[in-house]
Amino acid sequence: MSTEGTYYVPDQSKLPIFAATGMGVMAYGAASWVLEGGTATIFLIGALIMAAVLYKWWSIVIDENMRGLASPQLKHSYVLGMLWFIFSEVMFFACFFGALFYVRVLVNSWIGGEAAVGWFDDTPTDAAAANAVHLWPGYEATWPPMITPDQAVNGDAAQFKGPDQAMNNPGILNWGSWLPFWNTAVLLTSSFTVHIAHVALKDGNRKKFNRWLGVTVALGIFFLFLQAEEYIHAYQELGLTLESGIYGTTFFMLTGFHGMHVTLGTVMLLIQWLRGLKGHFTEDDQFGFEAASWYWHFVDVVWVGLFIFVYILT
Amino acid sequence: MAHGPATLADGWGKYISRWVFTTNHKDIGTLYLWFSFAMFIMGGAFAMIIRAELFQPGMQLIKPEFFNQMTTMHGLVMVFGAIMPAFVGLANWLIPMMIGAPDMALPRMNNLSFWILPFAFAILTSTLFMEGGGPNFGWTFYAPLSTTYAPDTVNYFIFGVHIMGASSIMGSINIIATVMNMRAPGMTYMKMPLFVWTWVITAFLLVAVMPVLAGAVTMMLMDINFGTSFFDAAGGGDPVLFQHIFWFFGHPEVYIIILPAFGVVSQIIPTFSRKPLFGYSSMVYATAAIAFLSFVVWAHHMFTVGMPIAGELYFMYATMLIAVPTGVKVFNWITTMYRGSLTFETPMLFSIAFVILFTFGGFTGMMLSIAAADMQYHDTYFVVAHFHYVMVAGAVFSGTAAVYYWLPKWCGRMYDETMGKVQFWIAFIGFNITFMPQHFLGLAGMPRRYADYGLQFADWNMVSSIGAFMYGGAQILFLFNVIRTIGWGKPTDDPKVWEGAEGLEWTLPTPAPYHTFATPPKIK
Repeated sequence: MSTEGTYYVPDQSKLPIFAATGMGVMAYGAASWVLEGGTATIFLIGALIMAAVLYKWWSIVIDENMRGLASPQLKHSYVLGMLWFIFSEVMFFACFFGALFYVRVLVNSWIGGEAAVGWFDDTPTDAAAANAVHLWPGYEATWPPMITPDQAVNGDAAQFKGPDQAMNNPGILNWGSWLPFWNTAVLLTSSFTVHIAHVALKDGNRKKFNRWLGVTVALGIFFLFLQAEEYIHAYQELGLTLESGIYGTTFFMLTGFHGMHVTLGTVMLLIQWLRGLKGHFTEDDQFGFEAASWYWHFVDVVWVGLFIFVYILT
Repeated sequence: MAHGPATLADGWGKYISRWVFTTNHKDIGTLYLWFSFAMFIMGGAFAMIIRAELFQPGMQLIKPEFFNQMTTMHGLVMVFGAIMPAFVGLANWLIPMMIGAPDMALPRMNNLSFWILPFAFAILTSTLFMEGGGPNFGWTFYAPLSTTYAPDTVNYFIFGVHIMGASSIMGSINIIATVMNMRAPGMTYMKMPLFVWTWVITAFLLVAVMPVLAGAVTMMLMDINFGTSFFDAAGGGDPVLFQHIFWFFGHPEVYIIILPAFGVVSQIIPTFSRKPLFGYSSMVYATAAIAFLSFVVWAHHMFTVGMPIAGELYFMYATMLIAVPTGVKVFNWITTMYRGSLTFETPMLFSIAFVILFTFGGFTGMMLSIAAADMQYHDTYFVVAHFHYVMVAGAVFSGTAAVYYWLPKWCGRMYDETMGKVQFWIAFIGFNITFMPQHFLGLAGMPRRYADYGLQFADWNMVSSIGAFMYGGAQILFLFNVIRTIGWGKPTDDPKVWEGAEGLEWTLPTPAPYHTFATPPKIK
């Protein structure tokens, strides 16, 4: 609830219309890019407009804050904005996790002609039985499915072919040589280091803040590097691609969107690090950094979900 | 601020830049409302084409392929372009004035939320002129119609939906931040006007489900262009997965549309009954209950896809539960009117029609919720009639009521009461002539989304089309009334406008100044 009458309402601004233009051009460009023979030119123009606007936009907001225009009440609006934005991101990932669970728990066994495991009753429904007899005879429900229903029926003529090998959990004793485990370790560590940086900033220890935030950014980049290694491994050695049926689909879409968010989070933290070097932030005013760190923790929690449901439980 | 808003007297350049660069919640509200009206006319034109084709059996005016594009675009434009922006416009105009805030919490982002929409809809409608035509898979864009069998332009649809969703999410975050952070001292949550309550709950729903819609169209994009198999059983996916995801978004979406309408009606009925709203707190809790239930009933749109019996039963009973909080609301509106000193100005007429016709639409919803009966009703004109009773007589009627109710406060001029009433009766009668017969058509077995029909359906279709043209005409009258009021209406400077009106917005001068509540008022 407001307590004072000094909420800063900015005057007219040219930022939003340029941002809207950038988004419109990007959307149009992306759509024409994915068409046969499309090129990325229009999309890149839009992205460039967008990047320029965002740079300008945040410069202005930072400048306003430094000029003391941002009252505590306005800062609280920014806090609320960031938290609800993260909530919307949670729902975006919930959508893809939901798809994974639905396919794994229900669809896979239905296509294989079984009742969904342990749900309500064990008698296969007529639809599931019909699936097995008429649509996909020979398909056996396993997770991950190494042979797609298409392959079970059409063999080598199939459009969707399963992977040669899955990204299997080698058992906890062998985790030392398992890349996803090290990815998890790197990302969890980075959540701690960003917290150490936060505490240091609140204590006014700038050197420590810069050092630990720098370490966090480095860990973020290292994670992305490991993830790229893992994708190369999957494509080249395991024959596991985006097109390897539903397993490849869910694997790459979930980890891929997570990777995109890690990239975004790393960029956010990198910018906060550069701002820290320039002397931005004070002991009690550090919202830009805090927002980026909340985002980082969120990305970390998503990874824990991925590690459990995509990697361990196979 | 030193200067007021630019007017036409300052020259076109300044006048246009005022609207393009504005950070003022009232300007942005106005932009939303005019945009939504333009989309309403466009979506309405699509509907007129549909009804003209269906006037008689046989193919008369257009090709079936184009008919499919019309039904699809009509739905998309009306839901995302007309109704949702109309209520966001009302939220922008009213929420700061109702809670005693100087503006929305994040004014620049507010402008961005609006200006994305013209781009999104330009992209969406441009597909109609592209090779292959516009989206033709129904507004629910079920896979595989929207993936395997879609025209190439589906990609424009996908990215259009993406930026539309970004607009909605930003707009909603802005509303949540405004309501949580900008209330005047003493304006506790349980003192907020019901319109504010319904909108903050709506905003929560939007932030929760628009990302799910983004996920759905992203999966489509990947399936179409990059060889994934989310919605293809050959690869181990499932087209029904699309329906689950879509309706997890889609069912909250229909409450996103109707909850602000509830809020509007809850402001108007007390004014013209000259009594406070009956059961204020039960209204708040009922709104929250409806929002919660909206997340757990989605598969009642999918009773015929072959769900396990346990799923059918669960979704049937959960859906029926929604009647309880909705009933609370309807009874509260009626009880508010009970023994009030009622007068029947145009906003009140639209609101009473809302209560009656929305309740009717609610009852047909109850019929549809019965899984066994739905096997017969599914995808017939009965469903079309049902959701037009809640979308048109619900959302559109309440939006119209809101415009008549607050227009004098916005522009300082009264509309012509006779003209308003004429519009109401034409709209009310036209609406019922259009959609009441569609119940009969649906029960008789006429499927929806077809360009042609059997001869046994001819009579009621002709009646329905005549009603549709009548209802369409009423909208032209509405446009005329609004323009006439803004330009030449009788000036008024009475802060209250309506003698029975309560709330902070009625303590402000009429017309409302460009900046209001720069210093928050104290609420006792």
